[in-house]
Amino acid sequence: MSLSVFGTRHVQALLGSFGRLARNPLATALTLLVIGLALALPAALDLFVSNAQVATGGFGQAVDMSVYLKTGVPLAQARQLAADARARPGIARATLIPAQEGLKEFRKYSGFGAALDALPSNPLPDVLHVVPRASASSAADLESLRRYFTAWPEVDVVQLDTQWVLRFNAILAVLRRLAVIAAALLGAGVLAVVGNTIRLEILNRRAEIEVTKLVGGSNAFVRRPFLYTGLLYGVGGAVLAWVILEAAVLILDPSVITLAQLYGSRFALQGPSRQVLGALFGGGMGLGWAGAWISAHRHLRSIEPRA
Amino acid sequence: MIQFERVSKRYPNGREALTHVSFHLASGEMAFLTGRSGAGKSTVLKLVALLERPTRGTVTVNGKSTGSLKARHIPAFRRQIGVVFQDHKLLVDRPVFDNVALPLVVAGAPLKEVDKRVRAALDQVGLLGKERMLPAELSVGEQQRVGIARAVVSKPPLIIADEPTGNLDPDLALEVMRLFRRFSDVGVTVLVATHDQHLVHELAKREIVLASGEIQDDGADSLPHVVATR
Repeated sequence: MSLSVFGTRHVQALLGSFGRLARNPLATALTLLVIGLALALPAALDLFVSNAQVATGGFGQAVDMSVYLKTGVPLAQARQLAADARARPGIARATLIPAQEGLKEFRKYSGFGAALDALPSNPLPDVLHVVPRASASSAADLESLRRYFTAWPEVDVVQLDTQWVLRFNAILAVLRRLAVIAAALLGAGVLAVVGNTIRLEILNRRAEIEVTKLVGGSNAFVRRPFLYTGLLYGVGGAVLAWVILEAAVLILDPSVITLAQLYGSRFALQGPSRQVLGALFGGGMGLGWAGAWISAHRHLRSIEPRA
Repeated sequence: MIQFERVSKRYPNGREALTHVSFHLASGEMAFLTGRSGAGKSTVLKLVALLERPTRGTVTVNGKSTGSLKARHIPAFRRQIGVVFQDHKLLVDRPVFDNVALPLVVAGAPLKEVDKRVRAALDQVGLLGKERMLPAELSVGEQQRVGIARAVVSKPPLIIADEPTGNLDPDLALEVMRLFRRFSDVGVTVLVATHDQHLVHELAKREIVLASGEIQDDGADSLPHVVATR
């Protein structure tokens, strides 16, 4: 068999499968919808996690703490404390933000300038902003650092600013794992849906399969259109899932932008990345093909011509 | 072309359809397989087309023993046999052209070749110009001839037919049988199962008579009956 004949047969099988799907638009649409939703759900979960990470990305990685000094500690003493902190191993940066500067910054970014003007004196204390080295950022290291600062008589409160980020990142990790589980379960669902659809198709075309085998059609020849049908279901489902994701992003984006602006962020939702789309299409095609293959392998064997 | 050696066939339900059947059909020969219903005619054809395998004995077709043929070689084996059925087994949702083209398509023939040979086969059975019609739009006789065109389109060295004239009126039946004889005249081996004695006599070809699963008359050495009766 020449290569062009080989190619022709595959193109014929592909077009034949496509034609069959197109002739039953309602049944095809329902199957595609099920596959599309099954693919879109884990991808949406993954998209949520990625966006949440980007949204918190600016400070999500850095671990730092704010050491609030008692009011009334002289500025010179505060400077000395900062220098002591800098000398301690495991600390990358220790920056003193004197009360006056803190007030300026707060006035600039918070939008509560008018409220501050109503206050008789500066309510803010001096703050030491401490960034530990990456090598000394474990929960235990941070705890010992916190105790070190708490022990100083000049210190009022030590706040681990990033604790919520650590928690948030842990929640995202849980969600990401949930997406993997959802992908596995729904992938099995896609396999079953495609397999069952192909099984019905095979039973519907039983007579045709018998005659084809009778005139010398090999198992591979008989199987081919069903495999292409499965592949097309996978591609169609992936396209649908993509549309669902983009539509969800489009609908959510305005309100997310508004929310982000309230937090002083310019964050906007990001659509599915190339990796996600690759996984969507690769997964859809792979599952469609595999589902069809399993079904065809099981059911075509039992159909033998009878005279 | 076809060699049966002490072939017995017992179906799973216990019925013994053939008992020690032996006969030989030479390449290019044409023969009728006759006998009452249930005599084993269809079983002989099924064994030839490898729809069944013999329980005992050996069936050899075109030099290949069917008993030991591996499943993956069956498609290639079937491609060298054109099969015609009483109920013609056409694909009702496909036009005539597609039905006739099927054996060429499964064999991977180039499209140009398919087109040429389908037309040639339809021309042989007198159906040229009806390629785009559906089987249901044709008469019973025409449907049967589509089935014959499909059997001969890939020019197989062997054609077998199971009661190909069962649903036809006598004139059409004779026409179909003459078609088979024409294939035989150009060197194709033809084995036709029929219970129509009139046709057998008319065609003047070898007759293998089956009765209760055994060969009653091999018809090989004697002259065709027709010569004696005419």
